[in-house]
Amino acid sequence: MLSYQTDRSQYPATGPDGKLEIDLESGKYLKLWQGPNHPGITGNMSVELTVCGDEVVEGKTHVGYLHRGFEKLMERRSFIQVFPIVCRVCVPEPDFNEYCYAAAVEELSGIEVPEMANWIRTLILEMGRFNSYMMYMGGQSGSMGLGIVGQWMTYVRDLMLDRFEELTGARVYHMFIMPGGVRGHLPEGFEDRMEGVLKTAERYLDDVEKVMFRNAVFKRRTKGTGYIDPALFEAYGVTGPNARAGGVAKDVRKDSPYLVYDQLDFDIPTATDSDIYARADVRYRDLRETIGLIRQILQKMPKDGPVMAKLPNVMHWKIPRGETYIKGESSRGEFGYYLVTDGSGYPRRINVRGPSYTHAMALLEHLIPGTNISDVAGLLVSLHTYPPEIER
Amino acid sequence: MSLRDVFSPYTAWKHVFEPPVTIKDPIGREASDIYRGFHQNDQDTCIGCGSCEVICQNAAIDMVPVTDPKKGDSGLRPVIDYGRCCWCALCVDVCMTGSLTMSNEYTWVESDADAFRFIPGIDAKSWDDKEKGYKRENNERRLAATERVDMRMMSVEERGDNFEEMVFGYSREEAVLEADRCVECGLCVSTCPVHMSIPDYIAAVREGDYDQGLQLLYETNPFSEVCGRVCTHKCEDICAAAHGGDAIAIRWLKRHIIDEVPMERRLELIKKPDLPVTGKSIAVIGAGPGGLTAAYDLARSGHKVVVFEALDAPGGMMRYGIPEYRLPYDALDRDISVIQQMGVEIRTNTRIGTDISMDDLHSQHDAVVMSVGLHISRSTRIPGCEAPGAENAIELLRRFTNGEDIPVPEKVVVIGAGNVAMDIARTMGRLQKKKYGKVGTTICARKDISMFRADKEEIEESLEEGIEIIELRAPQEMMLHEEGDKKGCVSCLRTWKVVPGWDEKGRFAPGYEQDDVKIPADMIVEATGQQADVSLLGETLTEALEWNRGYLQTDSMGRTALPWLWAGGDAIKGPDVVNAVADGHRIAQSINHYLGEKGGTQ
Repeated sequence: MLSYQTDRSQYPATGPDGKLEIDLESGKYLKLWQGPNHPGITGNMSVELTVCGDEVVEGKTHVGYLHRGFEKLMERRSFIQVFPIVCRVCVPEPDFNEYCYAAAVEELSGIEVPEMANWIRTLILEMGRFNSYMMYMGGQSGSMGLGIVGQWMTYVRDLMLDRFEELTGARVYHMFIMPGGVRGHLPEGFEDRMEGVLKTAERYLDDVEKVMFRNAVFKRRTKGTGYIDPALFEAYGVTGPNARAGGVAKDVRKDSPYLVYDQLDFDIPTATDSDIYARADVRYRDLRETIGLIRQILQKMPKDGPVMAKLPNVMHWKIPRGETYIKGESSRGEFGYYLVTDGSGYPRRINVRGPSYTHAMALLEHLIPGTNISDVAGLLVSLHTYPPEIER
Repeated sequence: MSLRDVFSPYTAWKHVFEPPVTIKDPIGREASDIYRGFHQNDQDTCIGCGSCEVICQNAAIDMVPVTDPKKGDSGLRPVIDYGRCCWCALCVDVCMTGSLTMSNEYTWVESDADAFRFIPGIDAKSWDDKEKGYKRENNERRLAATERVDMRMMSVEERGDNFEEMVFGYSREEAVLEADRCVECGLCVSTCPVHMSIPDYIAAVREGDYDQGLQLLYETNPFSEVCGRVCTHKCEDICAAAHGGDAIAIRWLKRHIIDEVPMERRLELIKKPDLPVTGKSIAVIGAGPGGLTAAYDLARSGHKVVVFEALDAPGGMMRYGIPEYRLPYDALDRDISVIQQMGVEIRTNTRIGTDISMDDLHSQHDAVVMSVGLHISRSTRIPGCEAPGAENAIELLRRFTNGEDIPVPEKVVVIGAGNVAMDIARTMGRLQKKKYGKVGTTICARKDISMFRADKEEIEESLEEGIEIIELRAPQEMMLHEEGDKKGCVSCLRTWKVVPGWDEKGRFAPGYEQDDVKIPADMIVEATGQQADVSLLGETLTEALEWNRGYLQTDSMGRTALPWLWAGGDAIKGPDVVNAVADGHRIAQSINHYLGEKGGTQ
């Protein structure tokens, strides 16, 4: 059996101020950058690693490669003009931004969204979750050298993008959930085509289970790796599957239901090991739940009805003074928009709470020491981070 | 971990026998039916309002001139920069006419980078006629309210027998809601004869800044209170919001501003500018909207202005032509009192040509403005039109305004299809209702109702009030009673059926069926057009001036052939208050220019 046990004497000692004393001149350590251009990194960020042999002794998250100042861009635009930007805060699962922003604006301006629009919004959020998990599955297996899952998942995700395209008019940035409702109804025959995608997805997921989850190498490398002590959850603001893999059955969809989640039947998968494998497993099972949710929504949703509330003239739309925080359960955890209005035609402040901020910055830096260098990518992916939402 | 975990991954090999999941050539793939691809713009429906330019959050759209402006079309069209566009389609959603759409085309290869800045619908593209692509659902405009806030009015029962003002005006809440619908395209500004700052004063209503609103009104129109009630509002005909919805109630919003500012505040806000006195003197003949506007401008420029009015009170047709239920005399008086505050002297009961000669006016003043209005009714000249019971509308309205007793018989027939016909019919209808408890007035017109010159609202309200409208009947004779008490008086109107037709130039040239249908009447009122009373000019001046089909000829600034004489208002070209106000401004500007050249201001 291979062992990663290293010579403890090579570890840096803790100095009197409680910090590690790393003397780069000693020749014992090496600085290594993983990212920003690296297949083992999730998007445009990087981790500055200090390694001792193949053991990571310190890791530091660096962001800034993607900073477009979204929150400030939003604060300089009228309320309707913000709507096309928000999706860009998170590329793989953009719809949460659209929903949270729209719901915040609706709450502060007292707009009631038609029932039909709420169902379509829920459908879109679940379709987004489906895509996000698909990307995760591919990334998680890919980071362990299992490239085939990534190819399958990209294919299945592409089929879902086709559904997005016919429903919203775009594949990636849908710009469909608008303050007031959604932009349109389901196209004819959508349910059947969606069922086709879901069936294909299930078929490939069966294979994923065999190739990834019942894989000796994958198990060996992920079980026990990247353990997050559940005691840390509260302090580090860990939410979503990262927390559920540690036995915390928290889910905004259940805990404070929004949209039509109170009318839907679904479980919150949990695990107890809190390692990479447990997190992958929780996501895999949640993806199965998502497939079930999409079926339920299409079956239960009303067949017709208005999808947009009456809006004031958006060209000079002013919203009374107020503030609100709208949250939802994204595929990565609690996602939220904090919106402050001051009675003018522009948002006074918008703050985006993306789960990646806490997971990939504070938590990752805490988890990384002691990891084997080849597991860093897997660890990073297992936290399911999307750098754009770190850099709003 | 078990042995199964070692072998299980090998099951993936079965995919070797399945078709590949990647597409070999994604370029030829057609996008979905509502894909947000390249823009299309239907040139026939685009009005160049620029809403797309305003809403674009990337400033990817600029409006550029492509044709000459037309009625209700700015002549501008959006040019889109694909270097900036993010395909959000807000421009499509906000489009006032639905002309801007997106095709589902998404590939475009060019070697010239500037080609991606193009004018959809003008720069021909292969996707111009493509039907698939993003269009808004049912072509509904959802980004603003499309329905007008209803104006509260007296019911027919409430207003049928009295002359109280029938329109109540908007409350603040209603006005703000209505003002909210405006997209500030400014098409109305170019249509308004005086180019009122309509989007700006509507914005003032939204902001609740009525002082600002009032000042904006007075920048262009000293008769805003009158126009806020009776303007023919051509601005509303071309309003961008009228496409797929109701036009903004521009007239009512103007009135709302005036209603919200108390008179004392109005006099405070509209002060005479602190300009030196020029020592020049100008005479204005006729205290109607044209003459008084010229007087207002000229007095504010520092000149002495005297307005001569033949009738008892100033206002011209605004007072003597428009009934009080549409325009209360108080409202008119308030507008006039602001003008008087500028130092304008109004001499009523002074008829030029009788009380003062034109020569005297010329010798005593540096310039003379003639704005005498159209106070003589044109007659149909059908047999019987001189008989007792035959009246003309203008004179009847004037007598009624003056408080004289006018006959109110049970059956009245009005000949005409313009606003004057509606005014006299509704006036007579009210008097009949008061006297007999029922309305017995009929309007008889040669044209069909869609061709009536009267405002639509006037026609609708007339019908509501019980006025009968008989269209497509040409009056032939006013028949008289042959015996009895009423011998020699009007008994009925003999008419022919009109068969509509048009000549080769598109003018109305109907045929007739001589069916001699008689419409019984105790009184027949002719409201078939008016003309100006130019007898005041005298023979010498009449000969010295230029005429065109009976109208005094002026240039675009109101100058006549004589250097000291200007003319404007209804008497020159009409047809309404706001056009007369525009004339007044132009005349004042021209006189200022003339006086400046002549001697300079002192």
